[in-house]
Amino acid sequence: MSCVDESPARAPGLIRKLARDPVGLAGLILVLGFLSMAVFAPYLAPYDPIKIDVLNKFQPPSPAHPAGTDQLGRDTLSRIIFGARTALTIALVSTGLAGVFGLLLGMIAGFGPRLLDNFLVLVFDAFSSLPMIMFALAVITVLGPGTNTLIFVILIVSIPGYARLIRAQTLSLKNSDFIMAERTMGASHIRIILWHVLPNVVGPLVIVLSMDIPVVIMLEAGLSYLNLGVRPPTPSWGNILYDGYTSLRFAPTMVIVAGIPLVLSTIGFTFLGERLRDALDPKIQIRGLR
Amino acid sequence: MLNYTIKRIALAFLILIVVMLGMFGMVFLVPGDPASVALGPRASPELKALLIERMGLDQPLLTQIIKFFRNAATGDLGIDVWSKRPVLDVIMEVFPNTLLLGLVSIGWALIAGIGLGCVAVVYRGTYLDRVLGVLSVSMIAVPSFVIALYSLLIFSVWLGWLPAIGSGEAGDFWSQLRAIILPAFAIGITWVGYLSRLVRASMLELIDAEHIRTARAYGLPERVVVLRYALRVAIIPTIAIIAVGLGGILSSAIFVESVFSRPGIGTLMTSAVQKRNYPVVMGTVLFMTAFYLLVVTLADILIARLDPRVRDVLRG
Amino acid sequence: MSTPLFEIDKLSLQYHTNGGAFHALRDVSLTARRGEVIGIVGESGSGKSTLVSAMIGLLSANAYITNGSVKINDTDLLTLSERKRRRFRGHDIAVIFQDPMTAFNPVLPLGAQLIDFQFHRRGVSKRDKRQHAIDTLTHVGIAAADKIMAKYVHELSGGMRQRAAIAAALVMTPDVLIADEPTTALDVTMEAQIIHLLRQLSHDHDGTIIVVTHHLGVIGELCDRVYVMYAGQVVEEGPVDAIYHTPGHPYTTALIDCDLVHLDETPRTLPTIPGRVPDLAPPPAGCAFANRCEKAQTRCFASAPPRVQIAKEHAAWCFRVPGHEVAQ
Repeated sequence: MSCVDESPARAPGLIRKLARDPVGLAGLILVLGFLSMAVFAPYLAPYDPIKIDVLNKFQPPSPAHPAGTDQLGRDTLSRIIFGARTALTIALVSTGLAGVFGLLLGMIAGFGPRLLDNFLVLVFDAFSSLPMIMFALAVITVLGPGTNTLIFVILIVSIPGYARLIRAQTLSLKNSDFIMAERTMGASHIRIILWHVLPNVVGPLVIVLSMDIPVVIMLEAGLSYLNLGVRPPTPSWGNILYDGYTSLRFAPTMVIVAGIPLVLSTIGFTFLGERLRDALDPKIQIRGLR
Repeated sequence: MLNYTIKRIALAFLILIVVMLGMFGMVFLVPGDPASVALGPRASPELKALLIERMGLDQPLLTQIIKFFRNAATGDLGIDVWSKRPVLDVIMEVFPNTLLLGLVSIGWALIAGIGLGCVAVVYRGTYLDRVLGVLSVSMIAVPSFVIALYSLLIFSVWLGWLPAIGSGEAGDFWSQLRAIILPAFAIGITWVGYLSRLVRASMLELIDAEHIRTARAYGLPERVVVLRYALRVAIIPTIAIIAVGLGGILSSAIFVESVFSRPGIGTLMTSAVQKRNYPVVMGTVLFMTAFYLLVVTLADILIARLDPRVRDVLRG
Repeated sequence: MSTPLFEIDKLSLQYHTNGGAFHALRDVSLTARRGEVIGIVGESGSGKSTLVSAMIGLLSANAYITNGSVKINDTDLLTLSERKRRRFRGHDIAVIFQDPMTAFNPVLPLGAQLIDFQFHRRGVSKRDKRQHAIDTLTHVGIAAADKIMAKYVHELSGGMRQRAAIAAALVMTPDVLIADEPTTALDVTMEAQIIHLLRQLSHDHDGTIIVVTHHLGVIGELCDRVYVMYAGQVVEEGPVDAIYHTPGHPYTTALIDCDLVHLDETPRTLPTIPGRVPDLAPPPAGCAFANRCEKAQTRCFASAPPRVQIAKEHAAWCFRVPGHEVAQ
């Protein structure tokens, strides 16, 4: 199994490599665009995204409200801009945390005693063979919808996949010649894990994480659309789509404009993730969240 | 082969048991009494009492677990606390709708995906191939419920060609067909992307494969080379991805069914979660997990029949 | 002297690439008589593999034959339709492929493939084909051949695989048997066994065997006559002994010098031929080996060297064959 050496020194070269290819460049631009939209939301948004103005509800697009207003007179454009913040925060926090937990569990399974490994593999397999959405909905039923539940659900459903990946990588490394050599020279477990295993398993994990970000964005929007994700009035693309759906016949603008950032961000992150994988390691087996 | 089949089925059962334990334990892991957790804080005392009695929550934990497993084994998934009907009946009422939707979706996706994949292979390396590649990735990336909303807006609201809600009149084939077009389109489009990429990749691999060259070098006619030597190898990853894809189709169906208010597992589940109808949620999750495991296990066994290399490793 | 069973005459082949036409084979001529074992030797990139593909008429889509013929029993395979050519494959000419692991179909049992390969034996029942496959496997030294028939290629050991690959080429008892790098994938003990098997085959085989390899040792063990290839051309041909003892072409000399078996003492560094195989798009005007040749003169770079007959059946394409110098 090939491993990715992801030293920081290669990062600028990697970005240049991505930017040379039109698909990679498109992904890079879209992702950077949405990231800055999320970071600078308060400066970009023309209105307060939760300020209600019932007199101006269901406004079509106009110079004052470029994307119109919703059923409570809130400015749709401002809600979309702040929605980027919601979507990206949830996506980055949950995949980041899931990556850390997956890394830990995977290394424990890979390095731990045989019995523990077998048990963990069974649990990982059980979770991975669940239809993810079913499990997510069950958890939401118990905990009640909300941002924290959403992050928790994403953690639960994605950790097993990452842990499996890390375990497989760890096992193949454990039996590789250079680790054997280190061990015969009397290197400690900790040294082997920190110096040799960790740097080699982080690369593939980063690729898988980046490929899962669009899936999480989709899931957040989908669950929020079903009123099972982010609670109103917090702006989320899914909430806006739901509000638009209920008024589809007389105010179609909301659905049209709220779908665009969702489509563009998932496409952007997918393009970037694909090209990142191709650039770093074309052979790695990706078993994504779906 | 038989050995593999038994091992694979045993693994499926083991996973199902772990899942059931997980589902059962979830209610107890949360602070507060299980009945309130399951029904939500606004449930009336009578409803709570009913649930406690139905689920045997007043009995010792071990008794409950044994009872839960025994009931599940006999197909008793509990009683819907709202409609007072057996959960299995409620599920079976809508399951065929979702199954049909899934099959139609994957069906058209197979035809379109294999077609596009073949076009990409024929024109490999050209501009068209690259455009198709980007198109496939985009189809994979776009959330199906956004496609559902957009197509609902265009074809139902603006053009009025197809119905916006429901699954058609019972017994009226044309009405049902018209109702399934948009949902199946929205769900299938992701799989068109997946399949076209898969078909392209596996066909390219086969074109260069040494064993295909051997078959030709020993004078086998093209018909035998393609049908017996190439197809057998090419079909294996397709079966695998369709089986795994079923899980993906289920999750798309949850959202897409809601967009089109189409009766099915998705709408059943969504409304049960919103109403915190825990027996229905739990029953549906178990049912769908069992169904999913069944399909994946069958596919794995089929793959092992076709590909002897898989048999030697249980988790290939 | 009998008429040649297999004859390649002035075969030239180009690959059309983005960088222009790549002249993979240039005027390659070769004859093989019944009962002979012919060796083709050359380093990677010399055009050996392309020559094998051309012999069985299985070329990649960007390959174009610009000249020449490939004849079995006076039938030119290149002028036949694809349908008719297919009759010859397996039946009259068959290849033992380099890597049996990838050469056999991974998802069909070995036996099924050996039966399929007898496609052109009309009017023979499947049972007889099966029995014939078992006999052939036994013939190449596989014990319990009927059990092996049900196995898949990944279940066999390396040596078994190689024997099975030889059996696959033999099931149709072809007149021309091509062994493409028959021992590359094997370790030393297996190599010796397979060479032994091939030598045995050459005794009872009624046709001709063509051994293609980069390994001079294999040639010395098996062959009667050798063709040395370099950069898509034959640079020397002749009987094995003559090639070994009185090589005419500087490239042949260099190849023999590189073969460790002939070194009397262990050298400090492994002997190599300095320089690289020239770019063949387009090929050089003069001798293709000139840029690596110690004896090269100005004329070697300017014009193509002539065929110099050294002895009966021994010839080299060089201006400066020892004892046969072409006058300036």
